[in-house]
Amino acid sequence: MSPRAQVYILAALLTVLGAGLTIYKHFALGFPLLPGEYRTVWTIEAKVGFDADGGPVKAALTLPRSQRNMAVLGETFSSSGYGFNIIHEDDEHRAVWSKRQASGPQSLFYQLDVHQTPGAALEQSLDLSTEVEKPLLGAREQEAVRQAIYSLVEAGRARSSDVSTFTSELLLALADTRNQDRNLIFGYYKDSNFVDVALLVLAAADIPAHRIRGLYLEDDRRRLDPEELLEIYDGERWVVFEPTSGAPGVPKNFFIWQRGGKSLLDVEGGRNSGVTFSVISNDVPARDVAMLSTSQEKEALVDFSIYSLPIEQQSIFKLILLVPVGALVVVLLRVFVGLRTSGTFMPVLLAIAFIETQLITGLSIFVLILILGLWVRFYLSRLNLLLVARIAAVVITVVILMGAISVVSFKLGIEQALTVTFFPMIILAWTIERMSILWEEDGPYEVVIQAGGSLLVAVLAWWVMTNRYVEHWTFNFPELLLVLLALVMIIGNYTGYRLGELARFRQLVR
Amino acid sequence: MQFRLPALRIPPFFRGGLVSPFRLRKLGVLGMNARNVRYIARYNDRDKYPIVDDKLNTKRAARRYRIPVPDLIAAFETQPTRKRIMQVIEPLQQFVIKPARGSGGKGILVIVGRDGEDYVKPSGSKVTALDIQRHISNIHSGLYSLGGKPDRVMIEALVDFDPVFDKYSFEGVPDIRVIVFRGFPVMAMLRCSTHDSDGKANLHQGAVGVGIDLATGKASHAVQRGLRVDIHPDTQMPFSDLEVPGWKDLVSLAASCYEMTGLGYLGCDIVLDRKRGPLLLEANARPGLAIQIANGIGLRTRLEHIESMTLEQLEKNVEERVNYSMDYFAAPTTL
Repeated sequence: MSPRAQVYILAALLTVLGAGLTIYKHFALGFPLLPGEYRTVWTIEAKVGFDADGGPVKAALTLPRSQRNMAVLGETFSSSGYGFNIIHEDDEHRAVWSKRQASGPQSLFYQLDVHQTPGAALEQSLDLSTEVEKPLLGAREQEAVRQAIYSLVEAGRARSSDVSTFTSELLLALADTRNQDRNLIFGYYKDSNFVDVALLVLAAADIPAHRIRGLYLEDDRRRLDPEELLEIYDGERWVVFEPTSGAPGVPKNFFIWQRGGKSLLDVEGGRNSGVTFSVISNDVPARDVAMLSTSQEKEALVDFSIYSLPIEQQSIFKLILLVPVGALVVVLLRVFVGLRTSGTFMPVLLAIAFIETQLITGLSIFVLILILGLWVRFYLSRLNLLLVARIAAVVITVVILMGAISVVSFKLGIEQALTVTFFPMIILAWTIERMSILWEEDGPYEVVIQAGGSLLVAVLAWWVMTNRYVEHWTFNFPELLLVLLALVMIIGNYTGYRLGELARFRQLVR
Repeated sequence: MQFRLPALRIPPFFRGGLVSPFRLRKLGVLGMNARNVRYIARYNDRDKYPIVDDKLNTKRAARRYRIPVPDLIAAFETQPTRKRIMQVIEPLQQFVIKPARGSGGKGILVIVGRDGEDYVKPSGSKVTALDIQRHISNIHSGLYSLGGKPDRVMIEALVDFDPVFDKYSFEGVPDIRVIVFRGFPVMAMLRCSTHDSDGKANLHQGAVGVGIDLATGKASHAVQRGLRVDIHPDTQMPFSDLEVPGWKDLVSLAASCYEMTGLGYLGCDIVLDRKRGPLLLEANARPGLAIQIANGIGLRTRLEHIESMTLEQLEKNVEERVNYSMDYFAAPTTL
């Protein structure tokens, strides 16, 4: 295979890999493609309140199971003076607060942040019991209720084709206040709520069912009681119904707290217990949401990346990851334009210094150091020093100049010039040395051309490197470096003319 | 070091605009990128670079292939003592100090005579023995070598130049560059220094590039700073009268460098000695593209012609190749 073909194949592979990883990170892990994207994060607070009797107290709150379209980003528990732990019990997670002695009103808090993601709310593989416990309505005074229930069931059955449509019909009938059977049932079960009654009727119809407790996520809601949904088993799978409307499916903004199971809250050693919820929404940068939701799943792509480094190192990498972009700018300008620079990648180092110092400050400091350095270097060249000693002397001079610039400008109140320390001084010293040789050999004109070319490339590189999109992509999608690598390899195969050559060979055309 | 204000010149880049790349392609002009990828990378093996990148190696190889070169007086492999330097240069009237791995003519110090204790440069300015010692020390430290690597110093005899070009040169000495592709000479030019170029033979510094017709050795085209000229700007001599004596010997010398270096794409710099005839000054594995401007002709058409030849046609000896090139690459004159 010819080297050229190899380059193209390798570049194609690298591009596919880099772009593929980027797309995966965007769509599967939720990393935002554009900077400045925000996601809504809901903060739900459950407040457990009860009056303690004065003796030992134990309160157990069922915690939300992980819901597929809700990513839990973080949980916090407040437990002033209480012992706290989380236990796993029959497929449920329960927070247990306990205390040897407590009296008076008690408040315990559990807070979690969730983020809504697209997808189905529930998984099917739920091994909940499908046993049905038929209501015992054998007593004489219960005869009327029993008849009403069965008449509702018969009516529903007549107007439906399967379990799902039957449930819908039944729920509609139960919500219809003109229905006499329904009124009789509700009259008998005065203490029960709608879902209790619905469960009872469904049991009478031999349909396995249970309740789902949860919350509707709406901004700035306080002191909410849990809402309930019904879930029935149609013989093959579980189907969720919104009880009052009879509509199947989990409502879009419903956050499921507890599915099936027993009570939401158990309190021992207290009275008047209850759970109230409050919900508020926050807008959080999309990347933080993606980082939080993937960190818990230990996504390998994120776990084995620079994100696993401490924050300090990450910010260093933020800068390092920009270097390839600067290198690309150099490649583009040299291959397609044909700019002459002093030292191939010296402009990239300059551009990095400019990022820290800001452009105007950086440019003035660079030009100042270059001019002063050249001046010192011309004097040094008369002293007949050995090359290495002379360059070392220039390095020391550069350091002294940097110090002097810092002190003088600080005294003058120009604090920006303090960033002078970001300049790579060895590189500066070599640049000064090369420039002075260039001056001696090719004249000052060539010095101006090369220094100007280097500065132009540095400024362009700085401009690209400080672009917020470039910054965002290099740091959040480092795999794009593979695409960059492919691009540079393809450019390395370019055999066309440079822009400068279109002027250089102008005479040949005439 | 003298401080001189740069003369105000408009960079050639901005003068007169750009031309279409398609027209350049049609004319067969070779660009830098195409030269690097299609010719240097493909025809020049990396392991053969040291033969041309180090002039001491070139000299040794040339001696083996019986290619005439300027005499080597001494070579300093390591940093010499002052005594050793003085031992070498004291008895000499004329000599040239060169870095073995210098590029673009950098670091070459030419001494044409003595004035008491001082040494005289071609421009007439004088340097002291101390200056020369410092220059040698700079070369050793790698100031002029690619990548700043430590270098070796060579002291060469000054070539006794053939006076034929005296009228076409100001201060400096013209040399002839021949591009040799797979053993076939494909293009040649003469570089004449001018007052503008400060006696240097670099075209971008203002030297005149004179395209030489491969068939005859006569000048066919001349360019200074990208513009066509008919006469030398300092001596006013018309280039139409210029003819390189012993042209075929010179072209043969260039063609035989292919066997010596093994490099497919090669530039040979040759000077004419009064008595010895053409001498190989140095060979270059990355010859520049200015030769196209000097000749007013693109290189690429000629290179592609050689590339299209069969293996049998390529396997010729030096004389056959030279004959073929002189026959095939004859150029019309514009002078």
